[in-house]
Amino acid sequence: MADALTGAPAPTQEANRDSHRIRGALAATEIDLRLFGMLIALAGILFGFHIMSGGKLVQPANMVTLVVQASGVAIMATGMVLIIVSRNIDLSVGSIVGVVAMSYALLMTDWLPALGIGLDSPLQWLVALAIGLGIGALIGGFQGFLIAYVGIPSFIVTLGGLLSLRGSVWLLSSGAAVSGLQTEFRKIGGGVLGSIGETATWAVAGVACIAIIGLIVYNRRQRRRFGFPVRPMWAEVLLGAIGCAAAIGLSAFANSSYLPAGLATQYAVEHGITEPPGGLKVPLGFPWPILLVIGVTLAMTFLATRRRFGRYVYAYGGNPDAAELAGINTRWTIMKTFILMGVLCAIAAAIGSARLNGATLDVGQSDELYVIAAAVVGGTSFAGGIGTIPGAVLGAFVMQSLAYGLSFNGVNSPTQNVVAGIVLIIAVGLDTYNRRRGSTR
Amino acid sequence: MSEAATATTERVPLVEMRNIRVAFGGVHAVDDVSIDLNAGEVVGLVGGNGAGKSTLMRALSGAHRADSGEILIGGQPRTISNPRDAKAFNIETIYQQLALADNVDAPANVFLGREMISHLGNLDDGAMEDACRKVMGRLNPNFKRFATPVKTLSGGQRQAVAIARAVYFNARIMIMDEPTAALGPAETAQVRDLIRQLKTEGIGIFLISHDIHDVFDLSDRISVMYHGRLVGTMNKDDVDTDDVLAMIILGKKPEEASREELAELKI
Repeated sequence: MADALTGAPAPTQEANRDSHRIRGALAATEIDLRLFGMLIALAGILFGFHIMSGGKLVQPANMVTLVVQASGVAIMATGMVLIIVSRNIDLSVGSIVGVVAMSYALLMTDWLPALGIGLDSPLQWLVALAIGLGIGALIGGFQGFLIAYVGIPSFIVTLGGLLSLRGSVWLLSSGAAVSGLQTEFRKIGGGVLGSIGETATWAVAGVACIAIIGLIVYNRRQRRRFGFPVRPMWAEVLLGAIGCAAAIGLSAFANSSYLPAGLATQYAVEHGITEPPGGLKVPLGFPWPILLVIGVTLAMTFLATRRRFGRYVYAYGGNPDAAELAGINTRWTIMKTFILMGVLCAIAAAIGSARLNGATLDVGQSDELYVIAAAVVGGTSFAGGIGTIPGAVLGAFVMQSLAYGLSFNGVNSPTQNVVAGIVLIIAVGLDTYNRRRGSTR
Repeated sequence: MSEAATATTERVPLVEMRNIRVAFGGVHAVDDVSIDLNAGEVVGLVGGNGAGKSTLMRALSGAHRADSGEILIGGQPRTISNPRDAKAFNIETIYQQLALADNVDAPANVFLGREMISHLGNLDDGAMEDACRKVMGRLNPNFKRFATPVKTLSGGQRQAVAIARAVYFNARIMIMDEPTAALGPAETAQVRDLIRQLKTEGIGIFLISHDIHDVFDLSDRISVMYHGRLVGTMNKDDVDTDDVLAMIILGKKPEEASREELAELKI
């Protein structure tokens, strides 16, 4: 690149200087350009469909639905990143979701009542949730053991898991769908009863702003402590302002989705409020699945970047031999990625079964494909060692926005799949092209 | 750090490997080899492909277990069954290619497997970068790229990162397997300077190399291996390159070789 620049005539140099200035400014903020690009792509997709639909798509209620629909896949994609980064694959995630969702349903309707913990017992849902998370961890751990310690390829182990676990769902319930979950548990699925309300939503925004500013200050102090170069002040302020604006904006957006009219009337009666003309507006705020996605993304990013475990996963993905020779317990590291995946599947299963108020035989079916697609669209490389957790979450939203936008505009589901498949290939193709160009520089 | 090693001037060799055997199936990759290393000394290990040099060193670095034989570290018999054991005895290995995780940065590589953590158990990247800057400042003062993945670095810089890892963790015994094989002339010179510097700090180095000039330039003693056996260990000053080449090719000491065999080599 540098060679091309030196021989360039004056006007081009002028243009180059401008583009250099912009690039320099972007570099100063240390924003991940890939993530930034994906955010723009996501916005582009949404506004494209928004215009197609005659300006109906982008409104709070639709966006909340979209995010809730993507939440399970987004949560699982954070774990899939670590699995793919360490050169494995997990095809069984959809079936784990199926088994755990069915377990939640059976625990609450059948098994726990048999032990004397009935649907009326206030902590039943917590017990069920804990057992479900445990089942997820056990399944993941068992598969991880076969992969890491016995040495069976992950593709085979989890392909076996995909088949046998889906069969287990049928065996668990003798082929029947199960419904009737505890009300508290159903909140995990979001919707009208599973949103945290106006005040709590603003509180979340406040906490987020404090956390963003705190993190920026902390990082700056850390770098100062050792006398390392720090970001220019304007960049720090800009980043903080963008972060806080995003948190406040999203909260305001969530708070502008309201309780449906019928329920609002009921709410007014219950709280002794006289309904104003035009109906009472009760803001719903963030639904629980969105908070779970945010929480899981933060926790997983922390694990991946600030803990030894994450460091080892990436180092192993970059060079398994080097990791082994550095004295890392690589087998246990790999097994842990699968345990974590199992737990994340159990969280996704909680959202899925809570939304259904029960479990059918096909909960989570084909999820493995969407989860892998989300991770890959989010920049995770099958060559190992490369991939970020926020990227995968964005990838999940990109894929879901496509599906939602198409179906919103009346495109049928087979066509949606055609588009999703093509987008997957194009996204990865562009990424591969960019990386190849980047590596020759 | 490694300055401490300079103080320990012991009569006992740093490392003694006695009667080491390593077999793969029926093949003796290393057959009854004994070798030793003193503080501040470089022992060059030479031989043709498959002579068993790397396998012998892998037994010392913990990458492969010896089937029989004894390893003494500072006069004490020790068992080394994995890389962690070796590191606990201050044995560090610089491999020609396998050394680094390409996708993480230099500090992460220097501390790989032995990260500095805060009291909450989180990675202390600031402290690690700081320590890495200090060590690299000694080894390669021009090095500035502490935040990019090491795959973007030059071969010499990568080797410096690998050596920084060994130096930071007080290596007393260093195994270098073809440290200059992938490097250009300028970078090779850099690594040679590094080796000389490490030597003055009292570190003992096993140097495996195909490059006979490298070996003569840097080593105090030279051990020649041939088909898994040790042909002999000589002081560098007692032999010349022709003698060593003859040993590598014929598997015999020059005085044992017949005149015909030696004559054939000269052609």
